[in-house]
Amino acid sequence: MSFLSANGAGGPELFSSQVGSRMSFLSMKGKGGQILSSVLVAACVACSLVAVLDIEDQRALGICIAVIAGVAFALSKLGIVQAAEQAGVHHPWAVRCIIVAAFAGVLLVLRENNFALLMSATILIYATVCLGLTIQTGFTGLFNFAGAAFLGTGGYTAAMLANVTWLPDIIVILSGGLIAAALGTILILPVLRTRGHYAALATLAFGILFYGFLEANELLGGPQGLKVPGITILGWDFANEPTLGGISFSFYANYVVLIGAIFAVFMIFTRFVERSWIGIWLDAVRLDETAASVFGLRVSLWKSFAFTTGNFLAGVMGAVYAKMTAFIAPANFTFGDSLTLVSIVLLGGIGNRWGVLIATMIVVLLPEKLQFIQEYRLLLFSCVIIGLLFVRPGGLLARRVRVFGGQ
Amino acid sequence: MSSIAQYLLNGLMQGTIYGLVAIGFTIFFGVMNVIKFSHGDVLTFGAFGGLVATWLSIALGLPIWLELGLVILVAVAASAAIGALIARSLVLPLKDAPPLNMLLMTMMVGTAIRECIRLFFPNGTNPQKFPELLPSGGAEMSGVYLRYDGLILIVSGIAFIFAIQWIINRTRLGLAIRAVAEDGETARTMGINFTLTVAIAFAIGSMTAGFGGALFGLYYSEINYGMGLILAVIGFSAAIIGGLGNIWGAIIGGYLFAGLQTAVVATLPSLSDYKNVVAFIIVIALITWRPTGLLAERGSERV
Repeated sequence: MSFLSANGAGGPELFSSQVGSRMSFLSMKGKGGQILSSVLVAACVACSLVAVLDIEDQRALGICIAVIAGVAFALSKLGIVQAAEQAGVHHPWAVRCIIVAAFAGVLLVLRENNFALLMSATILIYATVCLGLTIQTGFTGLFNFAGAAFLGTGGYTAAMLANVTWLPDIIVILSGGLIAAALGTILILPVLRTRGHYAALATLAFGILFYGFLEANELLGGPQGLKVPGITILGWDFANEPTLGGISFSFYANYVVLIGAIFAVFMIFTRFVERSWIGIWLDAVRLDETAASVFGLRVSLWKSFAFTTGNFLAGVMGAVYAKMTAFIAPANFTFGDSLTLVSIVLLGGIGNRWGVLIATMIVVLLPEKLQFIQEYRLLLFSCVIIGLLFVRPGGLLARRVRVFGGQ
Repeated sequence: MSSIAQYLLNGLMQGTIYGLVAIGFTIFFGVMNVIKFSHGDVLTFGAFGGLVATWLSIALGLPIWLELGLVILVAVAASAAIGALIARSLVLPLKDAPPLNMLLMTMMVGTAIRECIRLFFPNGTNPQKFPELLPSGGAEMSGVYLRYDGLILIVSGIAFIFAIQWIINRTRLGLAIRAVAEDGETARTMGINFTLTVAIAFAIGSMTAGFGGALFGLYYSEINYGMGLILAVIGFSAAIIGGLGNIWGAIIGGYLFAGLQTAVVATLPSLSDYKNVVAFIIVIALITWRPTGLLAERGSERV
């Protein structure tokens, strides 16, 4: 059983599955109930996102955040969040349609708001990078404290490839991922040979040396950084403002749609990895390496697979990020950023794909929107994470125990 | 020839500070199997405590030798106190959590300390001038210029390392710490106060960092709120190169890291901007070659 459980520490998951079975009194268990709950959850998330992004007045924002927290708590206590999660398992296509509808709704409401769209795109970028970290840390148990370095690799690849003007931007974005994955292979040997804290040092040292290298290297712009041109795909320049049926959008909408599409692809890919035999093997490697190898799994192969895949995701998003912000500097890819990425994964619930998205929204939006804590945001952020590690060590949405058959 | 000796002295000074930081990592790991990443910021906290002590003694008009003593005392006491506090209130309650949770928690504690110094210390964002309390000047010896303060600091740092080593290996307290490190459960049945011993061990580890912080301030005459982070990474690397849990390994690791940095600067001056890059590349290579450090205890994995 322990071999099949999705996470080593069983406490929080057992708890949440009990909550899941208690919710039957709300008749949320049938197909209709599950779909209804997922509509409800998606609508709540979309409304919260729009409200937080759109409200400027600090007092109204404070009240709004308190209401959101209350509603989220109520939804999870009533078992609606769990029912929505079940819907995602049993009726994936219905849930995907609901999510696309919610995404389109958010885009439509925020269409002219540059800042809000930029923030939405940033959330999706960070969430994608954290999906990569989920494959590495959550599924396979590899620590990666160099997430920002791989993000930066993609970004600098895009900046350097700007000189090759005939190269289509899709190739540039993909090569951001490939170069990041290739750079990651340097670390594969140390990561495979070491365990636990020693492996953490390998990635940590890499993150620090990457930053030091960028700062010192004249060719890569040194501390001042580099300019990056925007994206043009199939003749469509992303600096244009799109119009759809008479409604005009900010040019950031281009990026939000592109990044949303990439995020969706990687989200489905991660789901495929998690639910296929690969996911079971990765779980086995994380939970007991020795036992896994005794059963004939090639531990080093699957660790390399997870590490490379995660870095590829980070690199792809790094290239898009650089092209969207039009400018990159070493200061965007510090050790602190890597730490933020790891805390998102932990905050969301290690190994839970949807938790990653929710946690990214919280971590990216709160410091940016709460102006009055601007100066104190890092302090507050660190205190919140410390508190959370004590109160909910499994994260906001802990990963569920894998159940085969039944249900 | 003379410049080589100069580099050697510089490297020795840095190595002493790195070694002092690394000892803390190795003690914490030995006792609780944790990596306490806030260690570098505990050092910064101690150094700023020492700075406050100099203001205090200038206000009181104390003689310079008393001021020096006070700086070191306050730096050591401040970091010991905060180290024990972190151990008692944050590390011990979370001791059964997964290693990633613990690592992230201590990183966040470090961030919190760093931010507190930046925000609440007067003018904390800017580097702070640390007064020169040691005799300035130096002597010329066969073409080598020896800074007196550097020599004094290296010698006192090494003496401190030996004192810690003596406490751990020769006293009853050290025996209790080693017993807890060996097996906490058994140590408890033998009548050792587990919580207290762990807190004291963390205090001792943090003391060395505080002493390192005071040395740093006295030698470079400038401290800033962010200096702990890179020192923590270097100290952690040094402890890992040496083999976690081994005090001599940590010290060797510290001098080795300083030696690498110095060697890069000395042999390839054009690459001196890259000295940390090269040093970390070699660190990654070293742990690839010896995955559990240079002086790690050997043992095969039981299946």
